[in-house]
Amino acid sequence: MNWTAVATIYKAEMARFWRTFLQSFISPVLSTSLYFVVFGSAIGSRIQEVDGVEYGAFIVPGLVMLSVITQSISNASFGIYFPKFIGNIYEILSAPINFLEVVAGFVGAAATKSLFIGTVILCTASLFVDLSVQHPLAMVAFLVLTCLSFSLMGFIIGIWAGNFEQLQLVPLLVVTPLVFLGGSFYSISMLPPVWQTITLFNPVVYLVSGFRWAFFGQADVPVLLSLCAIGGFTLACVGVIWWIFKTGWRIRA
Amino acid sequence: MAAILTIRDLRKTYDGGFQALKGVSLDIEEGEILALLGPNGAGKTTLISTICGITTATSGSVSVGGFDNVSQFRQARALIGLVPQEITLEPFTKVLDTVTFSRGLFGKPARPALVEDILRKLSLWDKRDSRIMDLSGGMKRRVLIAKALAHEPRILFLDEPTAGVDVELRKDMWEIVREMKADGVTIILTTHYIEEAEAIADRVGVITGGELLLVEKKEQLMARMGQKQLEVQLTAPVEAIPASLAQHNLQIVNGGDALLYTYDTRAERTGITTLLNDVAEAGLVLADVQTRESSLEDIFVGLVSAGAASEDAA
Repeated sequence: MNWTAVATIYKAEMARFWRTFLQSFISPVLSTSLYFVVFGSAIGSRIQEVDGVEYGAFIVPGLVMLSVITQSISNASFGIYFPKFIGNIYEILSAPINFLEVVAGFVGAAATKSLFIGTVILCTASLFVDLSVQHPLAMVAFLVLTCLSFSLMGFIIGIWAGNFEQLQLVPLLVVTPLVFLGGSFYSISMLPPVWQTITLFNPVVYLVSGFRWAFFGQADVPVLLSLCAIGGFTLACVGVIWWIFKTGWRIRA
Repeated sequence: MAAILTIRDLRKTYDGGFQALKGVSLDIEEGEILALLGPNGAGKTTLISTICGITTATSGSVSVGGFDNVSQFRQARALIGLVPQEITLEPFTKVLDTVTFSRGLFGKPARPALVEDILRKLSLWDKRDSRIMDLSGGMKRRVLIAKALAHEPRILFLDEPTAGVDVELRKDMWEIVREMKADGVTIILTTHYIEEAEAIADRVGVITGGELLLVEKKEQLMARMGQKQLEVQLTAPVEAIPASLAQHNLQIVNGGDALLYTYDTRAERTGITTLLNDVAEAGLVLADVQTRESSLEDIFVGLVSAGAASEDAA
């Protein structure tokens, strides 16, 4: 492993983050605060407790997941798409590094950024509602794994995208609906039976459920299943990226 | 001298079916400057990209310093620095940062003194804290060179280093290339400016249609392929070529003030002695004689058009 190269890519990617720190920081804080004002206070006060948890607190894990997933995808996809767009990807392709090192640098940085944003959102949320975390270790594990796996997915999208529109396409058309319908704002037990079954095909359900379990000790699906789901998703992404570098798909003529 | 780069029967067919390289074989010696000359679309950039690992070869092999560029890509690529044709730099980064990045990307530990030295040589040190977007086109090209040199490569590829660059900067660029050669770096540059190859190359390769037509020492190439012309200037103008000189195929130039004789430097006898004797016998008085050598450009145009003609015939 060429760790110097990994660290170099990681640092360069993080430098981009610090350059745009204010917008990276303010926008999630602002949007989370808005969600709390609207769902937590304005509407939430009229909603009864969900599974014994106050609604304002109930939506916190889902909100964090929503931001972390979106941020991971957009950070990682942009991170690798930008050099492709500018053309300086030649440097990465001609450097004495393998795909693992490239991925570790880019995805590591993207995951770090979304982890940071996830933490910021949790802190912001704690200003609005009383948060207790029953399984802190599991919470961190879920958060880190989500950042990592969706950064990997973002990396794939960034390599696949041929223009800026395509870069936005998957997050907009696939990820946002999946996250919104993945039980971020409700418990799937609130759905009619048919939809409960259909919802189980949405991978985000497992993430939100597992993450929520870490906070409140209750879940829509078994925690182990949640862990397996995210682990499997991560492996699938790594597999796809390995194939991309092996075949040179969309990066190497 | 030993070959630092060995290319054997390298072929590349793109997905669309376009055959960019049709079996190129080439040895590049350590410490030389090789100019690859060819028209646009000849396969120059594909050749470089394939050696550097940006493009995958369809077949054939490349060995860099004894390392296969696919199975031993780490060792092979570590020896190579690449300056691409297009200016491809992240606009928001600073000069020093992007050059330092390049060194790290190749896995080399930081050496600020070396990076400073490179930047100074390329007159970029004063601009080290400037953002790329604030630099002129010429400065950006220098940054690309600095990035390629940052990991101390032994072979440097310069893909069209002076395309679209003004004359002044082109001369600067040649000077930089000569200095790098003096530092012991092997340099392969592609160009479609003959003048460039003529000015700085030790050897010239002519590539067209994905095939390497020839690789030769620049002087040898010019001597072998070159035609020379001898201009015989006369004290009194002539209206017609005297019959006794007909066998020499002379041309009347300068309104009769001079006779032009074309001869082949490859021939055993150039015929100059006989010509001058015959001129004297014809009663013409010489004012001066001058010889002119054909440039690489003439040779190149001749080769490429001959290549195109044989392709049309096939």
